[in-house]
Amino acid sequence: MKRILLSTLLVSLLAACASQETKEQPKAAVENRGAAQPSAGAEAQPAGQQGVAANPLKDPNNILSKRSVYFDFDKYDVKDEYKPLVEAHSRYLTSHKDAKITVQGNTDERGSREYNIALGNRRADSVKKVMGAMGVTDSQIETISFGEEKPRAACHDESCWKENRRSDIVYQGE
Amino acid sequence: MKFLNKLAAVLVFLAGFPVAMAHAALTIEIVGSGANQIPVAIVPFAGESILMQAVTPVVAADLQRSGLFKMIDAAAQPQPHEPAEVNYPDWRARGADALAIGSVRPRPDGKLDVSFRLVDTVKQSVLAGYSYAIPPAQLRATAHKIADEIYEKLTGDIGVFSTRIAYIVKSGARYELQVADADGYGAQTVLASNEPIISPSWSPDGTKLAYVSFERKKPIVYVQSLASSHRQVLAQFKGNNSAPAWSPDGSQLAVVLTKDGNSQIYLINADGSGVRRLSNSAGIDTEPAFSPDGASIVFTSDRGGSPQIYRMPLSGGGAQRLTFEGNYNVSPHFSPDGKSLVFIQRANGSSFHVALQDLATGQLQVLTDSRMDESPSFAPNGKMILYATEIGGRGILAAVSSDGRVKQRLTASAGDVREPEWGPLSKNQ
Repeated sequence: MKRILLSTLLVSLLAACASQETKEQPKAAVENRGAAQPSAGAEAQPAGQQGVAANPLKDPNNILSKRSVYFDFDKYDVKDEYKPLVEAHSRYLTSHKDAKITVQGNTDERGSREYNIALGNRRADSVKKVMGAMGVTDSQIETISFGEEKPRAACHDESCWKENRRSDIVYQGE
Repeated sequence: MKFLNKLAAVLVFLAGFPVAMAHAALTIEIVGSGANQIPVAIVPFAGESILMQAVTPVVAADLQRSGLFKMIDAAAQPQPHEPAEVNYPDWRARGADALAIGSVRPRPDGKLDVSFRLVDTVKQSVLAGYSYAIPPAQLRATAHKIADEIYEKLTGDIGVFSTRIAYIVKSGARYELQVADADGYGAQTVLASNEPIISPSWSPDGTKLAYVSFERKKPIVYVQSLASSHRQVLAQFKGNNSAPAWSPDGSQLAVVLTKDGNSQIYLINADGSGVRRLSNSAGIDTEPAFSPDGASIVFTSDRGGSPQIYRMPLSGGGAQRLTFEGNYNVSPHFSPDGKSLVFIQRANGSSFHVALQDLATGQLQVLTDSRMDESPSFAPNGKMILYATEIGGRGILAAVSSDGRVKQRLTASAGDVREPEWGPLSKNQ
């Protein structure tokens, strides 16, 4: 009986988080403590909110298909050249109040991993602040940071580092 | 040269054991040595040569790794196993100040009797003596205990050979949080994931690890029991949840959250309840670490324009800046006696070194000359500092003595090793 229960638990656990496993007896269901607010965005992903035809977010000729804002070394201010991009997304979000985004901040590989999480967060937050000034509501944006953990470019010099000092705008469901 | 040969012999010897932990074991290489090495002879124990795991090679490797001992050749016959058998003038003539002798004998119940004595060849007296009845599987653990006894008797400091370390191995797209003995043996995977894992932090009793996992596409802090693998979410608020650090009594942790905007430091009970904000700045506050007395934390903040280390009382009140040299000082940890800080300092652009600062005098010492050092933490006796660095583009672990003289490198068979933290003294020490 106990064995059946355990294997049922195991199967459901594996189904729940396919990308992750604990080695010995992965019976630990991941529980959300009472104090934690459920995070908006990242988890529940209702697919296909937009119509199939002419999704401006996916149209390569539309600025809304551009999602990356780049930053200088040790800096987190949104440079002028990326303002039109951020403003276009702001207009989309103010006219689509049900749309939600995550802004993901990233850094290059140099320095402390935890400090880079914080620096990446500032880069995400800078984008959010520009959007806030354009009237996007707080509840439409979650800012998170990958720090240096998920580099888009893998080499160890400035050619890759500049690619990795970046915030990405990701719409819920994408 | 002789030292190197012997070291190679020890390593080959160790490598020859087909023990269960062949998986991702770490190999240790030693560079440098202590100012005054204590000459000691470890005589092979009676009865150990027929065992799966001999005791004395592990003891000798432990002592040698510390850089504080000079190993006197003990291979020549006759080999004493009891104090009465020791020819003191002979061992004095060979240069040994102390001699470890002993035996391993099987018991009718399948256990082993391990008996050990440490004798002083000058005073011709017994400095320490222990007997252990152990299952064969505990031979390595017993050898570490014996090394701890020898270290303690001869240096006056606590031995840390029985402790464990936690670290992350990245192989391809796979991340594993692992725990291993301080000598790199017995590596076990605590968590495996296809998303990054960072910042493992030992609970003060050594039974749990807090860490940050990105498995849900954002940083969330978990606490996991090592014995049962049971784990729970510690902090999963809007935004980022990272940089967990245990209070010395294990009742609460400091974490960094962005739920109210910038990265700020919060306290949270060890069961995930009762979150409350501790730091309150307009900048980044991150990487908290408790003082050993639990009364204050040190942390990294950019409130002054560049990342520097600050100290703040837990009772509230202002933060005091501690670092002034350079424009990038991060990742602070207190020494176990609370008298100094270890952290990472950036020098000329993008070179990162382990630095040690005396809190009373403010005196700073850079301990390493490697270029990409990260995540330093003290051994529980304060004598060594474990950190991550890079050699040939590959992440490895390294350790340096707090006087900068002895350096060790711990290399895994494959993958990048990073984010180490040295665990606490085990409960029965």
